[in-house]
Amino acid sequence: MLAYILRRVFQSAVVLLVVGLVAFSMFRFVGDPVDNMLGQERTQADVERLRETLGLDDPFPVQYWNFLGEAFQGNFGMSYRQGRPVAEILMERAPATLELAAVSGLFAMSLGIGLGVFTAIRRDGFAANAIMTVSLVGVSLPTFLIGILLIYLFSVELGWLPSFGRGDVVRVGGWSTGFLTESGLKALILPSITLGLYQMTLIMRLVRSEMLEVLRTDYIRFARARGLRERTVNFRHALKNTMVPVITVTGLQLGSIIAFAIITETVFQWPGVGLLFINAIQFVDIPVMAAYLMLISVMFVGINLIVDLLYVAIDPRLRGDTARGH
Amino acid sequence: MTGTPGLVAVTLLATTALTTMAPAETLRWARAGDSLTLDPHAQNEGPTHTVAHQIYEPLLIRDMTGSFEPALATEWAPSPDDPNVWIFKLREGVTFHDGATFDASDVVFSINRAKTPDSDMKELLTSVVEVRAPDPMTVEIVTDGPNPILPSNLTNLFIMDEDWTVANDAVKVQDYEGNEDTFAARNANGTGPYILSSREPDVRTVLTQFPDYWGKDLFPMDVTEIEYTPIQNAATRVAALLSGEVDLIQDVPVQDLARVAGTDGLEVRTAPQNRVIFLGLNMGADDLDSDNVEGVNPFADARVRQAMNLAINREAIQQVVMRGQSQPAGMIAPPFVNGWSEALDQASTDIPAAKALMEEAGYGDGFTVQLDCPNDRYINDEAICQAAVGMMAQIGIDVALDAKPKAQHFPLISNKTTDFYMLGWGVPTYDSEYIFNFLVHTTDDERGSWNATGYSNADLDAKIESLASETDLSVRNATIAEIWEVIQAETLYLPIHHQVLNWGMSSKVGVLVDPEDQPKIKYITMN
Repeated sequence: MLAYILRRVFQSAVVLLVVGLVAFSMFRFVGDPVDNMLGQERTQADVERLRETLGLDDPFPVQYWNFLGEAFQGNFGMSYRQGRPVAEILMERAPATLELAAVSGLFAMSLGIGLGVFTAIRRDGFAANAIMTVSLVGVSLPTFLIGILLIYLFSVELGWLPSFGRGDVVRVGGWSTGFLTESGLKALILPSITLGLYQMTLIMRLVRSEMLEVLRTDYIRFARARGLRERTVNFRHALKNTMVPVITVTGLQLGSIIAFAIITETVFQWPGVGLLFINAIQFVDIPVMAAYLMLISVMFVGINLIVDLLYVAIDPRLRGDTARGH
Repeated sequence: MTGTPGLVAVTLLATTALTTMAPAETLRWARAGDSLTLDPHAQNEGPTHTVAHQIYEPLLIRDMTGSFEPALATEWAPSPDDPNVWIFKLREGVTFHDGATFDASDVVFSINRAKTPDSDMKELLTSVVEVRAPDPMTVEIVTDGPNPILPSNLTNLFIMDEDWTVANDAVKVQDYEGNEDTFAARNANGTGPYILSSREPDVRTVLTQFPDYWGKDLFPMDVTEIEYTPIQNAATRVAALLSGEVDLIQDVPVQDLARVAGTDGLEVRTAPQNRVIFLGLNMGADDLDSDNVEGVNPFADARVRQAMNLAINREAIQQVVMRGQSQPAGMIAPPFVNGWSEALDQASTDIPAAKALMEEAGYGDGFTVQLDCPNDRYINDEAICQAAVGMMAQIGIDVALDAKPKAQHFPLISNKTTDFYMLGWGVPTYDSEYIFNFLVHTTDDERGSWNATGYSNADLDAKIESLASETDLSVRNATIAEIWEVIQAETLYLPIHHQVLNWGMSSKVGVLVDPEDQPKIKYITMN
């Protein structure tokens, strides 16, 4: 078991290093930051001096090595665009993205499971079929279009919800939260729906098909034959058994909610790390791009590692695999 | 005696009514980009200067029409004794937001700070050799030769308080190698009409009126609080205006103008911007990389350049691509600039004449070439290039379009590795010399840094250099006119149009569109 964990941790570290290397080899193709950093009146001497200071003329493995050396000491450098420490900017932006991801994850889970169960039980009902048809919208429309449509409807036409930003935030320690003010909560609604719609549809369809399968099994029939109430059968016995694959998928989707909040954040001017990343690409802000990509890959690798370890804990057959050597 | 309490009550009521006559007015204002830093010398860039103009002040500013207006200096003139010296008389009774008194030492300090290598403003001050304060209300700026347009270079040069900057260890402008930003990047202490109240970069900046502002009675100053929020996505920005969440947006996309103007309570105001859009041709190379003509450079032939200039249908671009929101251009100077003339700004389209010129130059069958174009810098930049591709095809030039983000496009120009490119140019000094220095002069260490045409004319270079120190303005203007004549005759660039600014706003906001896209909120009235 310990050997398995160590092996997985080692593999994760290798994946991280490779992601960083690939990222640094790509930065050259994004453009030249110097033109953005200096005004149009700059001379060639200014350009060369700045390139020298930033180490932009070094080959990319050297740049990567320097970045790693500094990063291990907790120093991610200064943002070219804002002239502020990258770590500080990331810390400032992370709460917005994490709160958005949490709310949209919650929205996707609760509504997805609820509607999934409903459409499975009332399989031939009109409402269930309508929900299934409408849910196609969630998977087939691109995120930015959904966002713009929601803004048009709820902000411009109805005037109920804000079209951009996070509303008023309250600082609790180092964390800025939008949960404690009315405008903050209102501002969360549209972006959360936009971001969570795809995941919601996914979970709903997954729950529905799992549920349909389970409802056909013998123990459900026996439960019904015993005269148990329909609600007990559906929720206590059937739903519980559909949850294992749902939890696996949801765990992995949580990572992508955070990573792919980029588009939603751009549409709603949501001041999270996704918007920061888009700005960094446009400006060729290499330190921010590098730190963001490393952060996201740490997160994905971490989630995968935990999922792998959970499998071992849940599934005895995997433990048997490592024991076979004895 | 019994009536007295009632009288007091009435008087009180009257006083309250009077004070509520001027209610707190918040201006909620959005544009695509945020200020990058509050340090006024760290970035020479539009949105950064725009925010700085509310908090800090230069010696003199340009008003909404582009002409000079005194700010921290009340008058300025070249010294009668020494042509290399400009004398600025400073405004009395000005205080910084923290209460410190403004005097000449702050000006000396600020200009010297802006001249340090880390400052982004230093290129505008290269001619300055010394700044001195003969008395607390006078500043003398000594230049390396007579510099007739020095005041033009000072309109975005903000004055900081020396004591505040020194006390907060913020004398150094910028430090990319260090691990901390300077104090001045996040805090501000200016003399301007608004005080920084809070700021989250890329999220929101709140400014409140400075009660001790020297110009409080001279300007409308109707806005008591400014809430500035960058909104990058154009559709969201327009939606925020339509839904009444913001009062003023800069950069309304041309396709949304009708929608905004047609909404009750909203208005669009437009004005020509200080920016001209044009195409550049690499005529200096022996051979072009992207063409199919071996061994010769077709752009080196003036007839080819003239033909291309005649092939561009500027009215079509204005009507179709820009939906009327542009002014066709015949020269690469915006209309505000000294040296611009209506006669030179004319251009015509004549396909048969263009074809004849191509035939004459030996390219009757045309050639192929690549056009490099940005896709996120100017209004509809990529669409303009697409239109140009079609127009060039009419005279047999087969253009392959390569549109890229600005971060990849501009290095092609500054490294001079492009054959045919789009560029836009604003002229912050409002003088042709600025255009000549960067776009016409042969590339050397000091000048010609954006001249990717490879054009080099020693005679013209000498004339351009003479402008820097010619104090006789009529001689200087005559030289400028001569230089323009050569540029037009040589068809150095293919002008497209002058960009037009579109600000969308709630009807209660009274503001004139500023040609530099820098609203100065103190001028705004609110009804």
